[in-house]
Amino acid sequence: MKAKIHVTLKNGVLDPQGKAIEHALGTLGFDGVDAARQGKYIELDLTETDKAKAQAAVEEMCKKLLANTVIENYSIELE
Amino acid sequence: MKSAVIVFPGSNCDRDMAVALEKITGQKPQMVWHQDTTFDDVDFIALPGGFSYGDYLRCGAMSARSPIMAEVIKRAQAGVPTLGVCNGFQILTETKLLPGALMRNARLKFVCKDVALTVENDTSTFTKDYSKGQEILIPVAHHDGNFYADTETLDRLEGEGQVAFKYAEDINGAQRNIAGILNDKGNILGMMPHPERMIAKELGGTDGCALFTSILNTLG
Amino acid sequence: MTDVNSIKITPEIVKEHGLTEEEYQRIVGAMGREPNYTELGIYSVMWSEHCSYKSSRIHLKKLPTKAPWVICGPGENAGVIDIGDGQAAIFKMESHNHPSYIEPYQGAATGVGGILRDVFTMGARPVANMNALRFGEPEHPKTRHLLAGVVEGIGGYGNCVGVPTVGGETNFDPSYNGNILVNAMTVGLADADKIFYSAAAGVGNPVVYVGSKTGRDGIHGATMASAEFTEDSEEKRPTVQVGDPFTEKLLIEACLELMATDAIIAIQDMGAAGLTSSSVEMASKGGVGFELNLDNVPQREENMTPYEMCLSESQERMLMVLKPGREEMAKAIFEKWELDFAVIGEITDTGRLTLTFGGEIVGDMPIASLVEDAPEYDRPHVPTPVRETVDVAAPADLNKAVLDLIGGEHLCSRRWIWEQYDHMVMGDTIGRPGGDAAVVRVHGTEKALAISTDVTPRYCYAEPYEGGKQAVAETWRNLTATGAKPLAITNCLNFGNPERPEIMGQFVGCLEGMGDACRALDYPIVSGNVSLYNETNGTGIHPTPAIGGVGLMQNSDKMASVAFKADGQTILLIGETKNELGASIYQKAILGEDTGRPPLVDLDLERRNGDFVRALIENGQVDTCHDLSDGGLIAALADMAIAGKIGATVTVDDSLPNHVHLFSETQARYLIAADATVAETIYKEAQDAGVPVSKLGVTGGDTLTVGDAVSLTIADLTAAHENWMPDFMAAAE
Repeated sequence: MKAKIHVTLKNGVLDPQGKAIEHALGTLGFDGVDAARQGKYIELDLTETDKAKAQAAVEEMCKKLLANTVIENYSIELE
Repeated sequence: MKSAVIVFPGSNCDRDMAVALEKITGQKPQMVWHQDTTFDDVDFIALPGGFSYGDYLRCGAMSARSPIMAEVIKRAQAGVPTLGVCNGFQILTETKLLPGALMRNARLKFVCKDVALTVENDTSTFTKDYSKGQEILIPVAHHDGNFYADTETLDRLEGEGQVAFKYAEDINGAQRNIAGILNDKGNILGMMPHPERMIAKELGGTDGCALFTSILNTLG
Repeated sequence: MTDVNSIKITPEIVKEHGLTEEEYQRIVGAMGREPNYTELGIYSVMWSEHCSYKSSRIHLKKLPTKAPWVICGPGENAGVIDIGDGQAAIFKMESHNHPSYIEPYQGAATGVGGILRDVFTMGARPVANMNALRFGEPEHPKTRHLLAGVVEGIGGYGNCVGVPTVGGETNFDPSYNGNILVNAMTVGLADADKIFYSAAAGVGNPVVYVGSKTGRDGIHGATMASAEFTEDSEEKRPTVQVGDPFTEKLLIEACLELMATDAIIAIQDMGAAGLTSSSVEMASKGGVGFELNLDNVPQREENMTPYEMCLSESQERMLMVLKPGREEMAKAIFEKWELDFAVIGEITDTGRLTLTFGGEIVGDMPIASLVEDAPEYDRPHVPTPVRETVDVAAPADLNKAVLDLIGGEHLCSRRWIWEQYDHMVMGDTIGRPGGDAAVVRVHGTEKALAISTDVTPRYCYAEPYEGGKQAVAETWRNLTATGAKPLAITNCLNFGNPERPEIMGQFVGCLEGMGDACRALDYPIVSGNVSLYNETNGTGIHPTPAIGGVGLMQNSDKMASVAFKADGQTILLIGETKNELGASIYQKAILGEDTGRPPLVDLDLERRNGDFVRALIENGQVDTCHDLSDGGLIAALADMAIAGKIGATVTVDDSLPNHVHLFSETQARYLIAADATVAETIYKEAQDAGVPVSKLGVTGGDTLTVGDAVSLTIADLTAAHENWMPDFMAAAE
């Protein structure tokens, strides 16, 4: 089973890299961009075949290592 | 005073920290490899700067979960004075021994230069030999030193005297110019600037010495 | 998997590999048969300009490489010199020009990684990184992007491995618009009796691969480095390697840990042309054969062919020959540092490189022919015509000219660059960036190494012989100005297409000048690198033989620095100013011209003046010193005043026009400052020693004043000097 994890900064946490992207897009003439937020995408190949167990395991991974919950949110997709 | 320096793969200020500790305490620290699970009964623990695990994933994230850290956390919580400098500070926030997080510098660039700090707390184990309001010169060298915490935490840190040092001017976008913070018990200090680099005139100054003498004078 | 060796070798394939038909016939002759595809690939990289030095070798042989303190000269991974007390300094400079133009961050980063490996391969702990960078003119649309990326890449790699980047130089010139130069230098320290070499020995001994896994990175980097740039080179992005400084840091620690044992017979990093060139060089130097089983090469990607494994330039890899029976102990060290370790072959007595894969022999070549039979060309060369001497006009406004010069791209502060480098880690940087030379203490001693990278491409372009001399002399002078005794140099020779006689003429001229300067100054060349074909669409770069000099200071407490230290000190000029404004930075930046002969280097005078100044510093008479170079007297005075936040009042006589006094770039000159009584003694000593000396004035105040010609406040000078680069870079955002 494959787990696809998106780690993003929480709303309200300043994202200097996102801000730079937004600014750069503006200077390139893309003026329809209101805000940009940068995050991380992580893909895991899992041996687990039970979806519920996999979900629980990946949740644990996110909390313990993959995301810093002080500043980051995460979302998990399993397929 | 017996001390230990924890070495992670990618630490690179471990030797600098050891040199400073030996120079000021007269005793060589024990160098402890991250895969170990215990170390000598020391009076002081230092987490040095560097790029542990290459700063991959998040600065300090993987080191904070390495085998030795369970022991470091246990002892720090039991009151052993623990200092994290730069990457060491990042590791301390990742372990939650200290609140907040260190984010990418607001200007997005690595910055290495001497910066003026103001001493905000002159009563802790680490800062006794400074005086409150004193301005000191200590170098920074980091890409991710932009301190973030929610407003409530920031208010608490300031209100309880847990802010040890502030930047005299904005360096990296850190909230309220925070350069270093203490835990609520005052035995854990995390700071982005490198006091171990300012221990001799020929290296640019001696303003880092008082941090180490503070510890030495507290612990004897 | 396609069997690449079943591909028939056609003239097109030979050409794609950068080989001429004549060279191909030479390969067929050496092998006694047609090569297969893998063998052709291996010959093509071994015989590329980058690996074989086929156009330059004949001239490089003429350079002086010996001195009593040279432990190992050119030919190994890096040069080694004796610095006393059983210690050695190991250093080299290398180019990473083409990759940095295509992908500036990764190109520069892997350049740093490669040069670090060259140095720790020999047993040294790297203690300092330096660089020499050339970009196009500021107005060129790519300059900002390239500068930002290169600086970030150098910092990204060096900061992470924890080796301080302590200095360097940066130039801007239109000749680099389409072909920037990124030259990186590393200096390391080792015990003189624990130097590791690359000559393999001992039939049956294991050949061991350590470090990162092999992927398809940078295949044909060595041939790319030996070809001219065309518009579509930028499409070649996938061949650029990606650096992993974290792995490099682990590799440094693991190698040094293993080197502390006696397990290693020979070691070599896998640089350009990867596994191929490292195994061929090790076998060739040891006069042995190698049998490699490619199935055992740690691989990052699936279905890699022998061709790809042999030519991959994946980074952070090393090849070693171990003493028999030490594999397990060595493996334990590399596993502790979480690095791959694989025995991939053994030494044979066949003198051949034999490659097996899937149980079959997929390549079998005589090693001697890969190295010794590489073509050596004496390419036609025509000397650069000597220019006429010219009188260079005065500016309309001297004060404005001074501000424009020190506040322009050529002479402005490089702080924006070096504040992105950790220049203090390791705790021994006592001479930080921005001075004449960087100074790092030899850890745990009073001694220190001074390091400087220099060349003035304007001079090399105007008159290659004088430019070559000047590049060597300027590093010598920069080291001297800190109080260090210059010991040896490394170089990175960046030139255009050697198949053009005028470019080859520049190369030959510069090398003759360098050789003469090295001989006159007892300052041999111990390592180096040649980068040719630095051209875009037929336009060559200015000849740029970058020199990296290393000197030794016995007592680092006596180190001199540029900054004025106190008010009321006497400023002395050592050396004599002549009317030498041809090819000067003043002429280029203020008048927009480049004519006339460059300043001529009198090597006897250079040595006499330099030895005199160094003695003053060693004796403790002087701790404020600056050499005069680009921008002449006024640029040096401004540097000293800005660094010390102390002004000066000086006068110049009427033997020359004011603008000549201020901007002339006459060589062999230094400014020193000392208390009046000391300065009086020095003045007399100089006269007795036949060293030209003049009293220029005194330090103090908040203004730099030269007679009635120049009056500028330190605040204005500082603002001009510091603001240009941050403003220029901010304009990109």
